[in-house]
Amino acid sequence: MVELALPKNSRIRVGKTWPRPEGATNLRKFLIYRWVPEDGENPRIDTYFVDTDDCGPMVLDALIWIKTHIDPSLAFRRSCREGICGSCAMNIDGQNHLACIFGMDEVKGDIRIYPLPHTEVVRDLIPDLTHFYAQHASIRPWLETSSPAPEREWRQSIEDRAKLDGLYECVMCASCSTSCPSYWWNSDRYLGPAALLAAERWLEDSRDEATGERLDELEDPFRVYRCHTIMNCTQTCPKGLNPAKAIAEIKKKLVARVV
Amino acid sequence: MSDMKTGARPLSPHLQIYRMPLNAVLSIAHRITGAAMAGSAALIVWWFLAAATSEAYFAFVNGLLTSWAGDILLGLSALALWFHFSNGIRHLVWDTGAHMGRKRVRQTGYAAIGATLLLTLLTLFAL
Repeated sequence: MVELALPKNSRIRVGKTWPRPEGATNLRKFLIYRWVPEDGENPRIDTYFVDTDDCGPMVLDALIWIKTHIDPSLAFRRSCREGICGSCAMNIDGQNHLACIFGMDEVKGDIRIYPLPHTEVVRDLIPDLTHFYAQHASIRPWLETSSPAPEREWRQSIEDRAKLDGLYECVMCASCSTSCPSYWWNSDRYLGPAALLAAERWLEDSRDEATGERLDELEDPFRVYRCHTIMNCTQTCPKGLNPAKAIAEIKKKLVARVV
Repeated sequence: MSDMKTGARPLSPHLQIYRMPLNAVLSIAHRITGAAMAGSAALIVWWFLAAATSEAYFAFVNGLLTSWAGDILLGLSALALWFHFSNGIRHLVWDTGAHMGRKRVRQTGYAAIGATLLLTLLTLFAL
């Protein structure tokens, strides 16, 4: 349901301003969302100053710098630091990015960081993605066949393989789904851009033999058709993929079955 | 995920902090203009209805709709109509799966704004 305002326990208060590092000449100001379950308080925005001469260029470098030099209690997910694991997706300067491949120089002025929008916060910048992953599982992201398995592998022509380009590269960082207002209001029933991009990947796969069943499951006023082509997903995808187009292709396949 | 709250976890901010790109602004404007035009249509029906009722009633309604407030309202209606028309063409094209790239969406967005302004000015001052 559409709820424009934040619930009472989610309203943000002003937090602490941490001391500036001594002897630094080039400082960058960070305003970061903080929340811990232990103290029973509402979320707050803490202010940090990062010495950019002592720190790598990416936003993730700055977060690690803060954790190392100022505040070890700051919690965020990160792993590969090169845009392939999808762990460090967060809202930076008002839009969703992978912190590891988003440069500090891409933001003018102070850098504001929030968890992915309209998610349940586990701690600080860590959202609960349980439901997001369950939706991914619900589209059955694996090859389904009914014909007998070949002696070696299921083969695919070079042309058919090329149809999966732009669909298979998703790292499931959830940037797209959590940028989508339709997903904010209806994520209980709308699958969202990430899961639908994956659905299209398996619909397009020449080896898959469950296309009809897959479309049957998607044919629903909510699962697909809550997409209103707002296109925040495509705009924000850190991998440069186009979930909005994938959803348009699904809609075309659904219509093509009945006309 | 408002329907699946566990314990006292907060909901992260969304509308409050998201810097909406052009495509999102035009999308919500498409909805707002679509809904608002229902009001415009009702006004115009009222106008016709008044004309069919009596001369005195038509004079009253016509007076309202051609007053400065009526001009503003109908001018905004023209703006809403032409925006919904121009942006609607983008949606029709997108329904074919074409022109959905990041850059193209921005270009056609500005084109829709330009077309809206042009068509509105033509409607208001050239007709």
